[in-house]
Amino acid sequence: MAADYVDWLRREGRIAIVGASLAGLRAAETLRAEGFAGSLTMIGDEPYEPYDRPPLSKAVLLGKASPDHTDLPQRRDIDAKWRLGVAATGLDITAKRVRLSDGDEVEYDRLLIATGVRARPWPNEAEAGLDGVFVLRTRDDAVGLCRRLGAGARRVFVVGAGFAGSEVASACREHGMEVTVAERAGGPLVGALGGVIGAVAMDLQLENGVDLRTHVTVTALEGDSGGKVRAVHLSDESVVETDVVVVSLGSIRNTDWLAGSGLGAGPRGIATDAGCRAFDFRGIVTDDVFAAGDVARSPHPLFGYQFLSLEHWGNAVAQGETAAHNMICPATDRRPHMWMPAFWSSQFGVNIKSVGVPPMADEIMITQGSLTERRFAGVYGYKGRIVAAVTFNNAKWLEYYQRQIEQGAPFPVGYPTMDRRPEGRQPMPADFPDPSLPTHGPTVTLSGYSPADRRMVFTPAHH
Amino acid sequence: MSQVSLVRQILDHANRANPYPLYAELLKTPVVHDGEYGPYVISSYWDIESLLHDPRISSDSANLAAAGPDAMPQAEDDTGLPPSFIRLDPAEHDRLRRITNSAFGPPNKPHRVYDMQPEMHRIVNELIDGFGDARQIDLVDQFAYPFPVTVICRMLGVPREDEPHFRDLVDPIVAGLDPATRLAGGAEFQKKWQEARTQLGMYLAGLVEERKKHPRDDMLSDLANSHGPDGSMSTMEVLATSVLLLIAGHETTVNLITNGMLTLLRHPEIFQRLREDPELSIKIVEELLRYEPPVQIVPQRTNITDIEVRGVTIPKGSMLWLVIAAGNRDPERFADPDRFDPDRQDIEHLGFGSGIHSCFGAPLARLETQIALSELARRLENPRLVDDPPPYRENAVLRGPRHLNIAIDGVR
Repeated sequence: MAADYVDWLRREGRIAIVGASLAGLRAAETLRAEGFAGSLTMIGDEPYEPYDRPPLSKAVLLGKASPDHTDLPQRRDIDAKWRLGVAATGLDITAKRVRLSDGDEVEYDRLLIATGVRARPWPNEAEAGLDGVFVLRTRDDAVGLCRRLGAGARRVFVVGAGFAGSEVASACREHGMEVTVAERAGGPLVGALGGVIGAVAMDLQLENGVDLRTHVTVTALEGDSGGKVRAVHLSDESVVETDVVVVSLGSIRNTDWLAGSGLGAGPRGIATDAGCRAFDFRGIVTDDVFAAGDVARSPHPLFGYQFLSLEHWGNAVAQGETAAHNMICPATDRRPHMWMPAFWSSQFGVNIKSVGVPPMADEIMITQGSLTERRFAGVYGYKGRIVAAVTFNNAKWLEYYQRQIEQGAPFPVGYPTMDRRPEGRQPMPADFPDPSLPTHGPTVTLSGYSPADRRMVFTPAHH
Repeated sequence: MSQVSLVRQILDHANRANPYPLYAELLKTPVVHDGEYGPYVISSYWDIESLLHDPRISSDSANLAAAGPDAMPQAEDDTGLPPSFIRLDPAEHDRLRRITNSAFGPPNKPHRVYDMQPEMHRIVNELIDGFGDARQIDLVDQFAYPFPVTVICRMLGVPREDEPHFRDLVDPIVAGLDPATRLAGGAEFQKKWQEARTQLGMYLAGLVEERKKHPRDDMLSDLANSHGPDGSMSTMEVLATSVLLLIAGHETTVNLITNGMLTLLRHPEIFQRLREDPELSIKIVEELLRYEPPVQIVPQRTNITDIEVRGVTIPKGSMLWLVIAAGNRDPERFADPDRFDPDRQDIEHLGFGSGIHSCFGAPLARLETQIALSELARRLENPRLVDDPPPYRENAVLRGPRHLNIAIDGVR
C-alpha cells in the first residue's frame, strides 16, 4: 500500500517547493535526478531564479562581480513550474494547499519548505525607512547598497559586527571609505566564535582602519530634513555622522506565513526529525511536509541531539538533497540529515572557516599556528571533547578537526602537532557571551535537549 | 619458503604494468607493516585522506631521515640546497609555498596558467605536425615528454634549448624518489643523486642571477624579486624552489598524458566521444587522476607522535607510505572502482594528494593534459596500440610507460 503510494507519487504526484533559493533548487534537482517524474512547482517571493548569496557581501560589494551574475549554476533541467515574485502566505496541511500572495493556491501531494531567513530590520520603522539605511540579504539589497556606495558615500556605519557586518566593513575599507562598526558585545564575531577569536578579529578591523566601537548599542538613526540618514546615536552618547547605515543584526526565520497551519514552526524555525520531516505543533511528525535549509531545525546526534538551525551554505545544499531523497523514497530507504555544521567567511584578506558548533564550547585551544600572525587552527572543547574548530588562513587542516569532532576526540589536545606555538599549549576560556543576553546572534542556534535526558535543562546556558 | 611481501611485489618492476591486483590485495589489510624497519603502508581512501590532513604527520626531511634506513636520503643538506617546500612542514612550508604561489596563481597572478592556453595549443600542434607521415610514433619521446618540458621552461623562463643538459641531471633526481632504486643503489647512487641536485641548482643559479638584474615576465623573475607580505626568498630558497618546480612541473605530467592516451586507446568508445567533444577532456582527466594516477605512492611522511589508524598503533617516527593509487580504487569509497568512467559524478580522487601539500601545479597539469588528449584525439587518424602493455619506467612511485608506441594512419 505504502509502496504503491510512493510509486504513484514518483510517477505522477505533485510536489511544491516553497523557497526558490539554494536549498530549494538543490532539492528540485535531486528530485529529478532520483527519478521524480510528476509535476514540480517552485514558489519564490523574489522575482529571480535561484541565486547565490555569499558573494553579495564579498565579491559584489568589492565590485568584482555584478549582483546580477550570482545565479546559481543548475546541475540539471528541473522542468518546474516557476511561481516567482509571489510569496506563500498560508498553508492548509489538511487540504494540502499553499496559498499565494496573488490569491492563487497550489495543491501538493508532498511539500518542501525552504523559505530561509530574512535580514532583521532596524526595529524603529521610521528610522529604518530613512534614505541610506540598508540591510543586506537579497540581490535587491545588494544592488541598492552598491549603487549608494558607488555614488560617493564617504562614511559607512555598520550596526553589528557579526560575519555579514564584518564583511561589509571589509569591503568598504577596501574601497577607501571611512567605516564605523558598532557591536553590543566585546568584539566582532564573538557570538559565533567567542571572545578569544573575537579579539583577533578586533585587531584585524582596527589594523585595517575600521572605527570599531564595542560594548555599545545604537540608540537612534537620525535623518535630515530630506529624509536621508545623517547620523547615528550610540548608547555611550556619542554621535557619528554618516552617509550610509548598514543594519546587520542577524536574521529572522521566514515562518510567519505558517501561522495557524498547525506545523511546529516559530521564530526558531520549523522543527523536523532527522529525515527532514516537519513536526506539527503537537510534536507529531508529518509525512508529507518537509523542511530544509536555514528555516529548518533538526536534532543532531553529535551535539547531544540538540535541535540545530544552521544558516550555512553547505547545510542548505545537503539538507535540500536529503529532504528531496526522503520525499520520494519508501520509508525504509530514508536517510538522516547529519551534516557537520561548517561555514566560511572572507574579510580583511583573511579566510575564516569553522566546523562544528563553537558556541557549545566553553574552552578553546590553539593547536597550530599563532593568533598574533592570524594564521592558526583552534579547537573548541566542551565537557572533555572537541566540539568545533576554527581556522584563520589555515583551512586545509580543517578536515582533520572535523574527523576529530566526529570521533568525539578528547579535549584538551595532548599530542604535539606541526607548527604548535607556545600559546597553543594550554586550553583557555573560549569566552562566549552569556547566552541569556541578546547579542549579535551566532549562525548556529542550539535549541532543545537530548531525548535521553530525564531532566529539563536550559541550553545553551553552560555558565 | 619465504613469501615475498606485498610491498616488495609492488616495487618489483615485473608488476609495474598492472599493479592494481596487488593494490586490491593490499586494501584487504588497511595498515601493513612491511618488516621490522620497513614502512607502514596505508592503502584505503579514507585513511589516506585523513593522514594527508593530519597535523601529526610530518613531511620534513629532517624528521624523515630519523625515521629509518629507507627514508629519503638526508643528503639535501649536503648539496648546499635547502629542502624545497614539499619537504618542509609549517610554518616554513607555508611561507615558501605562499611566496611561490604569488608568482603562479590567484590572487596575484590569476592569469598565468590560463593565459598559456594558446601557447599550449601551438606547442601541441607543432609536435603533432612533427610526426610527419610516420606510420608509428613513440608518444612518450615525441610528444608526452617534450610538451610539458617546453611549457614549464616557458613558464619558469628556462631556455628550452638547455633541456638536454638538465635532463641528464633530472633523471637521477627523479630516480631518487623511488624507494627500490635508493635501496639498490646504495652510497654510490646517493652520491650521484647529490651531484645532480647540486649541478641543477648551479645551473639555475646562473639564470636567477640574470633575472635579478633583468626581470622578465616569468616565474624565475618573480621568485627572485618577490617582496610580498611574507618577505622575499633567499637565493638558496629560490633555487630549491626552482629545482622543485622544474622537475615536478613535467615529470608527472608526462605520465599523466601517456597513461591517458594508453587508457583511451584501451577504451575506444570514450576516445571517439572525446574526438567529437573536446570538452569531455575535463572529465576524462579527472577520472584518469583517479584511475591511473601518475604519483602512485606518497612515501615521504612520518608521524611525530604515536598515531592510531584502524586500531593499529603506529609508533612515533615510523615511515608512512600512502598508496594513493590503491585509495583511488578503494571500493569503500568509489562504486565500481576498476571501471574507467569519465561520467562519474563522484570523483574526489587523491591523484593530486590533499591537504597542505596537495599538488601545487595541479591547474597547469590539468590544462596541459586536457589540451594534449583532446588534440591527439582530434588529429590522429585511427591510432592503435602497438604493444599492450607497453614497457614501463623503473619507478614505482612515479609510474608510467617508458615508451608508448602507437600506429597511426596519418595526422589530420
